[in-house]
Amino acid sequence: MSARRAVKGQRGFAPRYPAWLASPLLGYYLLLFVAPLAILVTFAFARQSDSFAGDQIVYGFYTEQISAVFDSLYLNVIGQTLLIAAGGTLATVAVGFPLAYWMARHVSSRRKTIVLLLVIIPFWTSFLIRTFAWKLILDGNGGIAGFFGLDILYTWKAVLIGLVYGYLPLFVLPVYASLERMDWSLVDGAKDLGATPWKAFKEITLPLTRPGLLSGTLLVFIPMCGEYVIPQMLGGGRFLFVGNVIQGQFIGASNWPFGSALSLVLMVVLAVFVVLYVVSALKEEQYGA
Amino acid sequence: MHDAARRKRLMSGWGIAVLAFLYAPIAVVIVYAFNANHDVSNWTGFSAKWFTEAFDTPRYVNALELSLKIAALNAVCATVLGTAAALALGRTRSRWRVPFSALIFLTLVVPEIVIAVASRIFFVQAHDNFGAFPELSWRTILLAHVVWSSAIVVLIVRARFTSMGSQLEEASFDLGAPPVRTFLQVTLPRLAPAIMAGFLLTFTMSFDDYVLSVFTASGESETWPMAVFNDVRFGVSPAVNAISTLMFVIVAAGVAGAVWFMQRRGENVSEALAGGR
Repeated sequence: MSARRAVKGQRGFAPRYPAWLASPLLGYYLLLFVAPLAILVTFAFARQSDSFAGDQIVYGFYTEQISAVFDSLYLNVIGQTLLIAAGGTLATVAVGFPLAYWMARHVSSRRKTIVLLLVIIPFWTSFLIRTFAWKLILDGNGGIAGFFGLDILYTWKAVLIGLVYGYLPLFVLPVYASLERMDWSLVDGAKDLGATPWKAFKEITLPLTRPGLLSGTLLVFIPMCGEYVIPQMLGGGRFLFVGNVIQGQFIGASNWPFGSALSLVLMVVLAVFVVLYVVSALKEEQYGA
Repeated sequence: MHDAARRKRLMSGWGIAVLAFLYAPIAVVIVYAFNANHDVSNWTGFSAKWFTEAFDTPRYVNALELSLKIAALNAVCATVLGTAAALALGRTRSRWRVPFSALIFLTLVVPEIVIAVASRIFFVQAHDNFGAFPELSWRTILLAHVVWSSAIVVLIVRARFTSMGSQLEEASFDLGAPPVRTFLQVTLPRLAPAIMAGFLLTFTMSFDDYVLSVFTASGESETWPMAVFNDVRFGVSPAVNAISTLMFVIVAAGVAGAVWFMQRRGENVSEALAGGR
């Protein structure tokens, strides 16, 4: 009976698993991903009134929380978040792309597994501890940086280093995968026909790996903009990201509507990049791989 | 030709330098785990006493147990939900496929802090107003983790499912085997490495998660990353370094072991490792 249902309702001769197998996950997403985001938006337009019984949420369509975000104080934090995240993304690409290229092209196949393991293992070990270790390294008094007379802990420089460090494997692995899948005989052919290495790279390697490069870059930039742990540890409260301000509204100051408004503004600012990522990932899924 | 050799040397130098960059912090953690002095940044001699002290600290042991429990349950739920969805989505031409895929990618790309605060509001409101969902506790942490974990499983399992071709499943269905039999006898054995990879990756990421956990937890339920974060802020205890060193050794051995196993089975290791991002 179920076999017949599997055969029914599709074209061609390829019997498939029934589509309802996806419904538990769909239900889960609607309940625990879509609904929370909807409530977040509701809260961003709510108002918090003080009373002796505690803070009271008044639902409605109030824009006061949203307009409070457009204070120069918060705009500055959002601006510096985007700036440092963009810088961190560029640095990640600059550090990571040559690494991925080297792994795909120059490491002998005998050593490839070892090098790949070396890149993957940090990705699988505690992110918090590795970030904390940077605090030890960069500490001006007593750390290794102090030995070199460097004092950058609790500045944007330390945050930038932490960002590049934390997100590097996330960028390198998908880019390496698309370089590895590429047909390198095309490059060899171009060179045989007289193309310079740079021209062969620009005309062949880059276009063929662009989807992986694009999704890798966005997969680094978007989460970086929402980063909380790295600026907290290496910025030490003196250099803030939006994430730190949002956290303060929920754990410290406890103004949930304002924290929601900040989150909403962050999401709206990032919407273009999120859409770009989703579209390119869908395309890659359909045509690539 | 000379140019090419020089370029290759240059890139190798860069690659090795970046690998050193990746391992410098890990080396620092391991070295300080053996530091006799309590003050982390002050080296006064070799000692292994922090390893015993770490496991004599009930708070750390409890936090580790809680994180292991959440990670294991999360990996089981995410693997079941994600694999089922991957089978349904793998080769369907339904018009729901694209929106559903978009939703999956969205769960992975929306900044964690946004999901975290949204989940916190959701759980508190749902509990206070409707009595639905548990209070903020380890249960809400688990519920929140399963969202992106199952998305990761879908991507890994579906990639393998679509790339391995459909002939065997078609044959099985044509010969009258129902979906459950087809799954157990035909699909599962071939999907096993991907399912295993999804399980291990979601286990590790849940075990390591801080932001989502801290927003969906109450004060009493302290996971291991939460304990680390709290202690690291006010000058760290070397016991944290000791536990981290042990975990690093376990993870490195585990990953290396998995690779060795795959190589023995003749699988393309680098493709498999890089594929599941």
